[in-house]
Amino acid sequence: MTLNLDKPWQPVLDKIKTWARINSPWAIHFNSGSCNGCDIEILATLTPRYDLERFGVKLQGSPRHADILICTGPVTRQARDRLVRIYEQMPEPKFVVAVGSCALSGGVFQGCYNVMGGIDKVLPVDAYIPGCPPRPEAIIDGLVKLLTQLQEGAAPEQNEGENTSAAAVEGAEIQLDAQANGEAK
Amino acid sequence: MQSQQGNKFTIPIGPQHPALKEPEHFEFNVDGELVTGASVRLGYVHRGIEKGTENRSFVQSMYLLERVCGICSHVHATAFCLGVERLAEIEAPPRAQAIRVLVAELERIHSHMLWLGVGAHEAGFDTLFMYSWRDRETVLNLLEDITGNRINYSTNVLGGVKCDIDREQAAAIRQGLDFLEERTTHYLDVVTSDMMFLRRTRGVGVMTYDESQRLGAVGPTARASGVARDLRVDAAYAAYDKYPVNLVTETAGDLEARFVVRIKELFESFRVIRAVLDDLPEGDLTTRMPRRVKEGDTISRVEAPRGELFYYIKSNGTDTAERVKVRTPTLPNMASVLTLAVGHQLADMPMILVGIDPCFSCNDRMVSVKGTLDSQCWTWEQLRQYGIEYYR
Repeated sequence: MTLNLDKPWQPVLDKIKTWARINSPWAIHFNSGSCNGCDIEILATLTPRYDLERFGVKLQGSPRHADILICTGPVTRQARDRLVRIYEQMPEPKFVVAVGSCALSGGVFQGCYNVMGGIDKVLPVDAYIPGCPPRPEAIIDGLVKLLTQLQEGAAPEQNEGENTSAAAVEGAEIQLDAQANGEAK
Repeated sequence: MQSQQGNKFTIPIGPQHPALKEPEHFEFNVDGELVTGASVRLGYVHRGIEKGTENRSFVQSMYLLERVCGICSHVHATAFCLGVERLAEIEAPPRAQAIRVLVAELERIHSHMLWLGVGAHEAGFDTLFMYSWRDRETVLNLLEDITGNRINYSTNVLGGVKCDIDREQAAAIRQGLDFLEERTTHYLDVVTSDMMFLRRTRGVGVMTYDESQRLGAVGPTARASGVARDLRVDAAYAAYDKYPVNLVTETAGDLEARFVVRIKELFESFRVIRAVLDDLPEGDLTTRMPRRVKEGDTISRVEAPRGELFYYIKSNGTDTAERVKVRTPTLPNMASVLTLAVGHQLADMPMILVGIDPCFSCNDRMVSVKGTLDSQCWTWEQLRQYGIEYYR
């Protein structure tokens, strides 16, 4: 939802929105074919030793409440449609974080018949976190880097102008759309 | 939405659902709050690993097979290594076998504590979830100290192991175990005495001995129903004949019994690890492994944290496996979930599902039931055609 009132307090409103967005990003986690290694490390970041919640990140059950889609694993042919559907269900602006070597490129599963490759074959990815599996510290670092990027105002502005209906089928197209929108601004 | 069927609904759950971290689709038929039927659609995590091994050498396959499951990666590699070593007619040195047992037991501790947390979380007991995962970090530290990685350790190589245990590491392991033993005693007390928790576990999802035999349950799920079956005892592999394990069984068969069995198995693991450290044989870590493996086929079975893990490996005399078949423990246990679900409240479903310690990334194997096609052996073209028609 874009609230554009064209009023003098618009910059203040934008600032508050960015502040809220950075301080309470809600994440949803989807495993599209991972070996569980990354999943349990993501869960470990939420437990007392690492405690991702101190950055305001909360793991959410429903895509409709989430800002960040944390993806693990290569995209299998069966999970692909669900992954796209979950991405479509998320409200704008939304960000995708690919966690683990498989999510980056297919990793060790490259060449297996049911594996399409990394997450960026299907969705536009905002942050890549490498490792097999990445340590919880690395996952926290990746998410904090994404949030810092939001603070500078680069990513959300690009995504806000994006056309949701076009935002599904091919990741490459989405990226092109986003770029075009960014340039138009 | 009331139809002529009364209050009967079908509730779809998944593949993305907040209860479990893995994608799987369940459908529960409910009459009011009571579940009258359950079905599952597997395969969202099917990656084609077995076929993938046919394009990789034995050494490469080991790293692929380790990633069948991130939670129990070591047992997968152990099963594969033991099988290939048997085909190549070599045997890993005693020290390597002992280290395999040690890492396998550390992994069992990590897996059971992880499950304890997830099980408690499904019951709404998040305090226990957080505590058990905090304590689990101790064993992950030990694994990282030994192998260099928290998960997917790749300790095994064909013909032995990669990492040694020195005196300092042994001392660190003992210290960690002392801490974990104290905490585990506390957890055993909690899961058997906390009234709120017992209301969710005692008498829920009861599987009798006969039923567990009929459904072919394996691992701690079966042992909670009184089935005395554990491959570490029945068919001791690696160095388990030297460091014997005592069977842990319960007779109640409900969720509480499964919690108790797994927690008591933790004590067994502590004891076995201490025995390994007390009596670690000296010697080499690896033996020479030929690149080409002799023609033949073999079966390799090991006890994963979730139950019996079965590998069938066929070699054609080259450096690549001709066929690798993996049967993981979640698949036989899954039948018990679908059967036990009937007659329970819908709210108990997550607990019953988690009660078998499901691992869908292990589970999603290609299974063809005899009778769908005349031949059990599918060629690449047939499989491809099946895939095209399936997705049409």
